[in-house]
Amino acid sequence: MVNYDLRLNRTFAALVDPTRRAILARLEREDGKSVSELAKPFAIKLPAVMKHLDVLDDAGLITRSKVGRTVTVHLSPQPMFAALDWLRRYERFWSASLDRLTAYAERKEAETKKAGR
Amino acid sequence: MTSLTLVRRIAARPSTVFDALTTPEGIACWWGPDDGPVLLAETDVRVGGRFRVRFRTLDGLEHESSGAYLEIVRPTRLAMSWRWENGEDPGESLVEIDLRIIAEGTELTFTHSRLHDEDTRRSHEEGWNGALDKLARHFIQVADRRPS
Repeated sequence: MVNYDLRLNRTFAALVDPTRRAILARLEREDGKSVSELAKPFAIKLPAVMKHLDVLDDAGLITRSKVGRTVTVHLSPQPMFAALDWLRRYERFWSASLDRLTAYAERKEAETKKAGR
Repeated sequence: MTSLTLVRRIAARPSTVFDALTTPEGIACWWGPDDGPVLLAETDVRVGGRFRVRFRTLDGLEHESSGAYLEIVRPTRLAMSWRWENGEDPGESLVEIDLRIIAEGTELTFTHSRLHDEDTRRSHEEGWNGALDKLARHFIQVADRRPS
């Protein structure tokens, strides 16, 4: 459970930065870009982009592979699934609760009406 | 993606729904993700007052959630802070419930936001929900194609 929280924290922390999200969005469209291609649209320098890639790598959101001098970057969506599963737990909790709340309130309303007659 | 909104249409007056949301006997009848029992429900329905609910799920595990009432406008609006005991999910989140009168009774809009602690709160301030939603949608599609 603790490890699970740490992983989720790392996922959300990685996703909080707009540059890192832009990198992921780009990879979602065109997977397997080289680091220099990825860095091109950004106003920041290559070492700064490398730092962002390190954060994404630590969070397990990307993998890097090296062929010759070129490092290519691949999207790795597994931590996203975990984050979505986590959110779906809340959805299940509240969805079931609100269904029962609805049934309970409707029963109460019917009782009140009956008593009023 | 770190907030959740659900809507229900209920054949009961807003005041009936509001009481179901805030009275211990009401809460005992609906709170929880499955048909496991509510073991304890306490509410102190005034701004700054606290609620505490303990329940058991059908897998035998006990869970407890608690928080403070932040806004109370009977019978149309309720806002409260939310946290899990026992560190199930660290940090405090926000639950907001709006009740609107409609012909058939009440339309309830439920929102649970600021999920996942500081990271999420920061991210809300930065307003990145739209961008992430788009990304998340892609992953949901991929996830739905996964063999389960």
